[in-house]
Amino acid sequence: MQKHTISVLVNDQPGVLARVANLFGRRGFNIDSISVGNSEEKGLSRMIIVTEGDEKTLEQVTKQLHKLIDVIKVHQLSDAPMVSREIVLMKVDAAPAVRSEITGVIEPFRATIVDVGPSSVIVQSTGDSEKIEALIELLRPYGIRELSRTGVTAMSRGMVPALKLQA
Amino acid sequence: MSRDSALVAGKPEVPPIVQGEVISGADALLRCLLLEEVEFIFGYPGGAVLPIYDSIYGSHLQHVLTRHEQGAIHAADGYARATGKPGVVIATSGPGATNLVTGIATAQMDSIPMVVITGNVSQDMIGTDAFQEADITGITLPITKHNFFVRSAEELPRVMKEAFYIATTGRPGPVLVDIPKDVNIALSPFYYPETVSLRGYNPTVRPNKMQVERLIKAISEAEKPVIIAGGGVIASGAEKELLEFAEKTQIPVVCTFMGLGGFPGTHPLAVGWPGMHGNYASNQALMQCDLLIGIGNRFDDRITMGRTKEFAPNAKIVHIDIDPAEIGKNVDTFIPIVGDVKLSLEAALPKAQPAKSKEWIEQIDAWQEEYPFAYQQNGKLKPQAVIEMFYETTNGDAIVTTDVGQHQMWVTQYYKFNQPRSLISSGGLGTMGFGLPAAMGAQLAFPDRTVISVNGDGGFQMNSQELAILSGMNIPVKVVIINNKSLGMVRQWQELFYENRLSEIDLTHSPDFVKLAEAYGVKGLRAETDEEAQQVWAEALAHDGPVVVEFVIDKNENVYPMVASGSTLDEMVMGDEK
Repeated sequence: MQKHTISVLVNDQPGVLARVANLFGRRGFNIDSISVGNSEEKGLSRMIIVTEGDEKTLEQVTKQLHKLIDVIKVHQLSDAPMVSREIVLMKVDAAPAVRSEITGVIEPFRATIVDVGPSSVIVQSTGDSEKIEALIELLRPYGIRELSRTGVTAMSRGMVPALKLQA
Repeated sequence: MSRDSALVAGKPEVPPIVQGEVISGADALLRCLLLEEVEFIFGYPGGAVLPIYDSIYGSHLQHVLTRHEQGAIHAADGYARATGKPGVVIATSGPGATNLVTGIATAQMDSIPMVVITGNVSQDMIGTDAFQEADITGITLPITKHNFFVRSAEELPRVMKEAFYIATTGRPGPVLVDIPKDVNIALSPFYYPETVSLRGYNPTVRPNKMQVERLIKAISEAEKPVIIAGGGVIASGAEKELLEFAEKTQIPVVCTFMGLGGFPGTHPLAVGWPGMHGNYASNQALMQCDLLIGIGNRFDDRITMGRTKEFAPNAKIVHIDIDPAEIGKNVDTFIPIVGDVKLSLEAALPKAQPAKSKEWIEQIDAWQEEYPFAYQQNGKLKPQAVIEMFYETTNGDAIVTTDVGQHQMWVTQYYKFNQPRSLISSGGLGTMGFGLPAAMGAQLAFPDRTVISVNGDGGFQMNSQELAILSGMNIPVKVVIINNKSLGMVRQWQELFYENRLSEIDLTHSPDFVKLAEAYGVKGLRAETDEEAQQVWAEALAHDGPVVVEFVIDKNENVYPMVASGSTLDEMVMGDEK
């Protein structure tokens, strides 16, 4: 199944996230990740949704999204060059003896240690999902006690317009 | 006490509504309804909507107090289907609101315009699990076109304006407005906006010219074209355009269940209706056509039988619909035309040319002749004959509402619907209990027309309490019960697909329907033979008021023809008759 990253501009209203999530749930569309925050315009929020499915499913997802009254625009980002990022925080078992080793592991990923406890550290990393996955796998042998990912946020590159699926 | 001096509909002159006047949220709500030219509100009071009902007391807006909120919403739905105008319902918070859920889902599935007003507990109590609190906007998210939670009396008029606009434009549907009690009480200057501006809601009503050109070209190349006309034809008021288009292009028309009446059922180009219990000619036409023009329909699984890849296998499919999400949802579309059906047909009409369909029409006529809807007389009262009697005695001019089940299929098989909005039935959701209250709403809208509500003995008992309204308001609906003392459609399926293991379908212990009617002050009649049927039906039609007529039929009567679940349309079971 192909992954798709969709940008949805919505009215900043209570319950809009529930409407979108509900739509995916009841129509049987999968959500890999969903992130929501303010957009460049006051009163509007931008949701970045990563979903899986064939082209027909994607077409239905976008059409159904656009039927929601609070949805202003729907763009598919992943058909054009885009930048996508997520943040992960991982609390990793780290007795003093292995801390320098962990530092060495995370350095090529430009990840940072943002908190140090008596027997653990919190590692923060930013990047696309594949990079995050790779880092998680490298740190897993040390023991990951807690892990929290933000989900993907994304934007089309440069002046390349995002593929507009629904006006 | 209501301050709503503007709402005096009965007086010769209605005082102008003063913009900026400080009034309560409840009074503002009623003013909005007046400005939206609402004729009837169907509803049921309760604690959270007491301020609204106090305002209703001070107004002359016509409120119909049903005996159950479900009765209210189906009645509003029936009114909306009969008139094309939005139905309006009011219910209180919590159980009042949740009792509307089935009716909202019914309207949503059939794209019926409704404005559903619910009360809620005061905002300071929201989220505390207060008495009669329910998150009705959350509950109805998936079954409304849109819903609103009103946070202030100031925004109430704008919300109401938007609610009516959303419910009635684009693809129609139910819109729910949930109003907390404190908003109904709060005072605010009343300003009703003249226009609506919703940035994310701009339905495409005008079709793309290039796609219309492609349609015209496809017609010129077709030899076996068929139109499948759905409820969208009726919703957009495109009956005349469809008739003209079909006659000009000489393309036969299959009407879906929801589209019945959108094209005259007795017209030479009318093929019938397709699907599970549709006629042979319609199903064959869909399977063998080379061009299928879907107009305001949605290729429901009762028509495609869920086997979308094998549906109309040789056809180029054209799909005209105002809802772009319907196009390509169930079947792959060769020519998509997003737009209002009426405007789309208007755009196509000037260029439309006759198709090379002479032989094809002859083939369809031959199927019609060889495999009509038919039944065998066996000395017992036949439901099919009863429905034919309704058609003949009303010249097809009645508004017929149905409940859900076998009788619903017999009505659509044996009553010829020649006018739009003359069949009122729950198509998409298949809601039992719909028929009686829906008839009430339709009859209130058209007091001078004959309204027949055809029910099974099962569905009738789901909302029979609304007989009280027919009686109390002298609403002259002819309520018909086709009584086979069982859940007939369920029995038919158990018989055919569950080795005749008849599980929980026996309704022998039902009330004496004639006495039940009389207990409500409604005339009650019963027929068990053909002769009695003719006699009591004549009496019912002559009666100036509501009447319940029970037709007792053979409990083993089945609906044929039938396409079994999992089969394709050309695999029809013709029953005993063929």
